[in-house]
Amino acid sequence: MQNLFDLALTVNGIRYEHTVEPRTLLSDFLRHDLGLTGTHVGCEHGVCGACTVLLDGQPVRSCLLFAIQTHGHEVTTIEGLGTIDNLSPIQEAFQDAHGLQCGFCTPGILTTVKSFLEQNPNPSEDEIREAVSGNLCRCTGYQHIVDAVKLAAEKMRA
Amino acid sequence: MTKKFIGKRIKRNEDPQLLTGQAQFVDDVEIPGMLHAAFLRSDYAHARLLSIDVSNARQRPGVVAVFTAEDMGDDWQPGPPLVSPPPTAKDVIFYSRRQVPLVKDKVRHAGEAIAVVIAESRYIAEDAVEDILVELEPLQAVVDLEKAMEVGSPLVHDDLESNLAAHLFQNKGDYEEAKSKADLVIKRRIVLDRGAAAAMENRGIVAHWEEKSQHLTIWDTTQAPIPIRNGTAARLGLSEHQVRVIAPFIGGGFGPKMMMFYAEELVIPWASKKLSRPIKWIEDRRENFYATTQERGQIHDVEIALSKDGHILGLKDVFLHDTGAYDPYGLTIPLNTQCHAMGGYDVKNFATEVSVVFTNKTLVTPVRGAGRPQGIFIIERLLDIASKELGIDRVEIRKRNLIPLDAFPYEHKIIDQAFAPLILDSGNYWPVMEKALEMIGYDKFIKDEQPRLRKEGKYVGIGFAPFIESTGVGPYEGARVTVEASGKISVATGIGTQGQGHFTSFAQIVAEQLGVEVDDVRIVTGDTTEFHWGTGTFASRGAVVAGNAIHAASTIVRKKILELASKVLETPVDELELEDGLARVADIPNKSISLGELAILANPLRGAVEPGTEPGLEATAYFGPKYGATAFGTHAMILEVDPETMMIKIKRYVTVEDCGTVLNPLILEGQIHGGVSMGIGNAYYEQLHFNENGQLLNASFADYLIPSATEMPRIEVGHIETRSSLNELGTKGVGEAGTIPVPALFAQAIENALYNQELEILEMPLSPNRLFELLSEEKSR
Amino acid sequence: MKPAPFEYYAPTTVEEALSHLTEHGYDAKVLAGGQSLIPMMNFRLVQPSALVDLNNIPELSFIRPDENGGLRLGAMTRHHHVEIDPLVAERAPLVHETMPKIAYSQVRSRGTFGGSVSHADPSAELVSLSVALNGRFRLQNQKGERWVPANEFFTGLFTTVLEPDELLVEVALPPMPARSGWSLMEVARRPHDFALVGVVAIVSLDKNNLCQQAQMVFLSAGDVPMVAHKAIELLKGQAPTSEAINASADVAASEDIDPGSDIHATAEFRRHLANVLARRALEQAFKRAADNK
Repeated sequence: MQNLFDLALTVNGIRYEHTVEPRTLLSDFLRHDLGLTGTHVGCEHGVCGACTVLLDGQPVRSCLLFAIQTHGHEVTTIEGLGTIDNLSPIQEAFQDAHGLQCGFCTPGILTTVKSFLEQNPNPSEDEIREAVSGNLCRCTGYQHIVDAVKLAAEKMRA
Repeated sequence: MTKKFIGKRIKRNEDPQLLTGQAQFVDDVEIPGMLHAAFLRSDYAHARLLSIDVSNARQRPGVVAVFTAEDMGDDWQPGPPLVSPPPTAKDVIFYSRRQVPLVKDKVRHAGEAIAVVIAESRYIAEDAVEDILVELEPLQAVVDLEKAMEVGSPLVHDDLESNLAAHLFQNKGDYEEAKSKADLVIKRRIVLDRGAAAAMENRGIVAHWEEKSQHLTIWDTTQAPIPIRNGTAARLGLSEHQVRVIAPFIGGGFGPKMMMFYAEELVIPWASKKLSRPIKWIEDRRENFYATTQERGQIHDVEIALSKDGHILGLKDVFLHDTGAYDPYGLTIPLNTQCHAMGGYDVKNFATEVSVVFTNKTLVTPVRGAGRPQGIFIIERLLDIASKELGIDRVEIRKRNLIPLDAFPYEHKIIDQAFAPLILDSGNYWPVMEKALEMIGYDKFIKDEQPRLRKEGKYVGIGFAPFIESTGVGPYEGARVTVEASGKISVATGIGTQGQGHFTSFAQIVAEQLGVEVDDVRIVTGDTTEFHWGTGTFASRGAVVAGNAIHAASTIVRKKILELASKVLETPVDELELEDGLARVADIPNKSISLGELAILANPLRGAVEPGTEPGLEATAYFGPKYGATAFGTHAMILEVDPETMMIKIKRYVTVEDCGTVLNPLILEGQIHGGVSMGIGNAYYEQLHFNENGQLLNASFADYLIPSATEMPRIEVGHIETRSSLNELGTKGVGEAGTIPVPALFAQAIENALYNQELEILEMPLSPNRLFELLSEEKSR
Repeated sequence: MKPAPFEYYAPTTVEEALSHLTEHGYDAKVLAGGQSLIPMMNFRLVQPSALVDLNNIPELSFIRPDENGGLRLGAMTRHHHVEIDPLVAERAPLVHETMPKIAYSQVRSRGTFGGSVSHADPSAELVSLSVALNGRFRLQNQKGERWVPANEFFTGLFTTVLEPDELLVEVALPPMPARSGWSLMEVARRPHDFALVGVVAIVSLDKNNLCQQAQMVFLSAGDVPMVAHKAIELLKGQAPTSEAINASADVAASEDIDPGSDIHATAEFRRHLANVLARRALEQAFKRAADNK
């Protein structure tokens, strides 16, 4: 049995204290230790982007982080973006524009887009495609995702 | 009655859950005491299993059990045959060999499961997998299709005389006779290679056998929960009602999740029953490349016979089809290829012969397109070559051969994947093709823009590809529609959902009949406890078959509502309307009663009921089409090629689709966009590279290249609706349409772009590297 | 795909980190951004028995001006910070231009300059860029420190001169020469994939508009960044005409590189691409040099 380490972190504004094995991936910690199953695992080698969360506001691959590395840091997952009764403008825009089909890649895209729109509130289509190029989607062909991001940008500027 | 919901761009009911991370996928299932599985898989593609020692693995702390084939005893059985050979075809040869739970005597493909570890966490299970000592004697791998058929080739299945898995002739008319009358005969060899579906969600299964209630619950990323339930019950000696299979939210299916009784589906429920513990197995991405089915490998020797005015007199197609190590799925894919090799053209003579070949590679079962892209690639390439050789414009030559409007239903006299004679039910082909050419500005581009671009030294090509798509096949699906006391409607159907928006499009069908809001209709798919008759989501049939079953059930419920309301409101049925969740008198709007109140009245707790009636406002109905509806479409594309780097840039992409009645245009567009992205992947980015030892060289997303947002063009979707006469809604399927013509389209567009090269593309997929090789080969000739 | 177990250390100073490395030697791996290491650990291609996590050592993360007009970067400086830093934009414009080409934004949030360089992947932009820019690396162990020029640092595929007890702590980039122009070009299947082949070209013009200095380094064209010595020689003192550029590109592609074959590209195709890119990069670099005068 490996040594266990104390882990204290904030996720979606809530503070958690756990003990973890060092090798536990952040993606697994969020999903199975904290029960926040909105973050999805697609590849575990950092390419598909489904596991993207925000670490201190920056998008990161949670499959390429050990949970213990987030000790003292803030993580934002899709659960922190909005609720069913209170969707954020980005989530609303994705529903309006049909920016998702199976929804598996969606959490990674939403967190990426949240950070992107904060840095670039009025993006062009090319900039949007570039911004989500690290998130693979097999269902949508990306077009409605791009439309959704444009719509979200509009909603957030209003 | 004017359509209120069908055909409308309605937002999806299921989105809020998915958008907030509140939708349950299989890996989200957590059960107290749940254990985790990991499989030991073979690195070799072909090897004899000499010995296996799991003792170290069993002793690792946190490991609860390790099972091998031997441990399964009499419960070790290969999976069941899923699709039998066509019963009506003559002289079919078919050797059925199905996948096994765990390797017993020899390994037949890299990644085949040899043993399973059940432990307290996936981490520990993977540690324990490394503890297992296995002795494999490597054998020469069968990889190349043609070498596999040579005398003296190593055998994938030692009890057979060769690697031939199946053989089928199909014949329409008399090709040899047609050929003798031809002005031109073109012969070519066409090679197509494998790709993966690569859904973002890998496969997974949670099996929970509860000893006290003698009940097994399975969560499975399957497109076919009902057959999984029935087959699993049978294998474990249980009643079907002791087994519940739930296909919750699924992260993309695309075909391989329709394969049933994968090794893991054979092992995990068995292990759960053996240990009386819930067990979860989630496939990782590397496993997905080895252990989840793939498709597209074929080698064709084709011939087309034409008159000098470009009419197709006949077509001949002799091909090899790679089925991988086993063939549980029968002849579905090659039958589809045969049925699409004539495209939407009036071909009166067709001779086709397929030899299905075992290889030491991952199993082959349908992946979106399911053999159709290969057929369309063949006919479109042959017509392009014919167009050049006969000096007939490539649009014109197709126009001359398209099945005319008055020829429908058009009978092809060969059988399709549903073992029925291939009949193209309806269609209006030329206007679809014309519209696509109009939308992309074909004539103007050829006349003005392209010459100008070429003068500027740019290599920009335009291509188009018409295609048919067989959809909506039987056998049947069913649905139950119920009005609840709340006035909301609940619906259950047996098929599953993997992102197609069934929760919304089906609700639209119900809302149309019952006069409620779309979001007041709650659809349950993929739960065998809710509905246990049906087959699954595949072959672009969900909306057609389940949709029509839902429609049928809704019309019965509508009738029940109106009859009861008529009694309650003392008004004749034909003066009533259903709207806003009410049954009301047409000219006296406040004389109404809500559906909820009616539902309560229909289910009394006291009193007597009329004999022969049923309680509630509920109906179950089934729909099975006479045969599958055939859709038609055309894609067109403008593509620039950098002749130095071979990199491409898609400038414009147009699709026109005729899939009959459209339920929800927003969802339809999404299906087309997604299909095209897979088609573009198939054409220029994705290829599974096996080496001569049958090992996969690109088993990761770093090296198996799926189009990302920067590779995808904006797709313009045009639409024409020719209702299908095969069902009341008039719908045809469209799920695979985006994928089917794309390889043919790319071949034509690239050749058109590199106009000053003698390039003839007879293979797919392509890549910059392969294009460079083809052009270098041309130069050296 | 879960990693094998390991001992984990999270030092907060360089000294602490070095003592762990000294103790574990070859069994330990340094964890910087983790964007290359953790995938390999998840695949179990590497199974270090100890991991020394550098992410809690603030002294390793900085961007400072160098008195010679160049830059000093701490080894743990994140790609994202290098990408947005105005000092980098000013003093190392080629680095600034290159950053968005590195992987994806999510990778750049964690990836580090020192991590990329120590991993020594010949496809990595910063690896070839450091060589092309005549960068230097400060390596430290418990016994002391040494500066190693970038063109001596990379010795083989994923191999550097770093000893098991040594840590790369700082990167020094000299200023761009006067009247210089630059270009970094890659051919990749998708914009953020590792390049099939890439090239960095840096040139400068003398007062007669002849080529004064030239540097050309290829990515994905050998086990290490491939410096195009022969091609560079051809350019020195020459007018940057298309004949001169073409001749240089031809020599670079045929004699200065040693590309391999894999499923994405044959060696022949890589040489062909190298030729095309060298020509295009030199054209762009010389044009910029002329504009920068």
